[in-house]
Amino acid sequence: MIARQAVADRVPTEHRRGPGDRRPRSAPSAVVRSPLVPYLLVAPALLVFAGFTLFPLFRAAQYSLYSWSGIGPSTFVGLANYVDLAGDKRFREAMLHAFVLIIFYALIPLVLGLLLAAIQRRGSILGQPVFRTLLFLPQVVALVVVAVAWRQIFAPDGALNTLLRAVGLDALARGWLGEPVWALVAIGVIGTWLQTGLVMLLLLAGMNRIPDELYESARLDGAGPVQEFFAITLPAVRGEIVVSLVLTIIAALKTFDLVYVITSGGPGTATTVPSFEVYRRAIELKDVGSACAVAVVLALLIFAINLLVTRIGEAER
Amino acid sequence: MRISAGERLANHLILLGFAVLAFAPIASIVITALSPRTGQVPGPHPENFVEAWRIGEFARYLQTSALVAVIVVVCALIASVLAGYAFGTMRFKGATVIYYLFLFGLMVPTEAIVIPLFFDLRTLGLTDTLAAIALPQIAQSVAFGVFWMRTQFRALPRSLTEAAAIDGAGPLRTLWRVLLPASLPALATLAVLVFMWTWNEFLIPLLMAPAGELRTAPLSLAIFKGQYTAENALLAAAAIIVAAPIVIVFLVLQRHFIRGMLEGASKE
Repeated sequence: MIARQAVADRVPTEHRRGPGDRRPRSAPSAVVRSPLVPYLLVAPALLVFAGFTLFPLFRAAQYSLYSWSGIGPSTFVGLANYVDLAGDKRFREAMLHAFVLIIFYALIPLVLGLLLAAIQRRGSILGQPVFRTLLFLPQVVALVVVAVAWRQIFAPDGALNTLLRAVGLDALARGWLGEPVWALVAIGVIGTWLQTGLVMLLLLAGMNRIPDELYESARLDGAGPVQEFFAITLPAVRGEIVVSLVLTIIAALKTFDLVYVITSGGPGTATTVPSFEVYRRAIELKDVGSACAVAVVLALLIFAINLLVTRIGEAER
Repeated sequence: MRISAGERLANHLILLGFAVLAFAPIASIVITALSPRTGQVPGPHPENFVEAWRIGEFARYLQTSALVAVIVVVCALIASVLAGYAFGTMRFKGATVIYYLFLFGLMVPTEAIVIPLFFDLRTLGLTDTLAAIALPQIAQSVAFGVFWMRTQFRALPRSLTEAAAIDGAGPLRTLWRVLLPASLPALATLAVLVFMWTWNEFLIPLLMAPAGELRTAPLSLAIFKGQYTAENALLAAAAIIVAAPIVIVFLVLQRHFIRGMLEGASKE
């Protein structure tokens, strides 16, 4: 699914205000005389945003300091929920799985996306719009639908095993979702399938900005496709690489729908991830404090990744 | 750029291979949806869709999804346009601070806020209402929408507003008659994105309507899956029913959508 930041990162730079642009301090704009008007315009957005994003975030931090079952009285426990998380094997496993999923959601799609975008940048591709649409299509479909489709593919009598048996690889056929290691890999493969098209499109956007003359002069110097890629294409899309990594890493950390529908975290704890732990702790275990502590850790992790990547982006400019 | 015939062929084969891989799971679920159920004669069975539609009560749940999507898109667009208008064209105290607050909201994951939201709304007796499902999604879409519309309004030439002022237009008239008509493509992109996010959202409707009366389509598919796990054909048909509206919207608009994404980046 396309993250909100995906589009935010690709917005044209706004026009800067010139020094002669100043207007009288009393009037907010040429058509507005009352200084109250801007606040009235911002109010509806700010109210719903504050009430349904900022306030719940604050409440999550607050709840994480209590022991509460969701009903009846709660007890203040300070940082105990966080201390418990540090020693919680299941939570540590969820974090570990999230990092394994990052390989499948972010790193492999990056490599594949680079290859696919570079090929298209080299041009002369027949039916390019069709390829783009097909490769991007997985992003559009609801994750629940994706989950249902892939669950059938990975089933013991599903499409994957049928295919393996048809080509004589019977020995490889197995109940993919029933074996701990393979179940996590299966979720990962779905992630690769989901994200490659988005990464390709982001990188292609960056590559389209590279002037043709750069490639032409490289060719005059005798560069082949591979040298061209490493000397010109790759350095030019560093910014887009950073953006796509942020998006896909965050997607890996938030894999809720897939896990909920395909494996419910199982077999055992083989495919549980932080976002699934938030749900499980709050709704199934009725441990709201612990669920909110996981939620806060998840939010902090996502902020940290955003911050880190922005830093890297700034350092490169 | 000119490339050799051999490379050209290789490039096409690689792209074709990946396009097939991207499409195979979708094709596989379509084939499964048409396949015979237990005890049925071999051959295609398009009536699986009718059956899935009936027993999954998808008429009802698609209606709920459509209702939620319309509410979220309309409210998020109105709030985003008004706030984006203020941030993009007006000077006022605290504008930067409030704007950064919205930007910060872009980073807040749904997973971090739904649990406290659920319990607080339950205390207020608001769970199992349309408001409980729509308001959190409006809030998340508004954070992005404000950012998007502000950029759009800032990119418009100053002279538009100034000309409107000379004609004696007030703030709302200027927005409605001058600035919005000039921003229709940006507004349409925002509408499509918010529609897509809302239609596909899973966690919020799952938590906020525990009674099950207000199920959205993706949620009803998950429930359907729980009840008809053994009937692969029906489950696949149900999945296609839930995915169809958004896929159709995408396929109709994909040219503009993909071009918008490609051009957006090249303008940086």
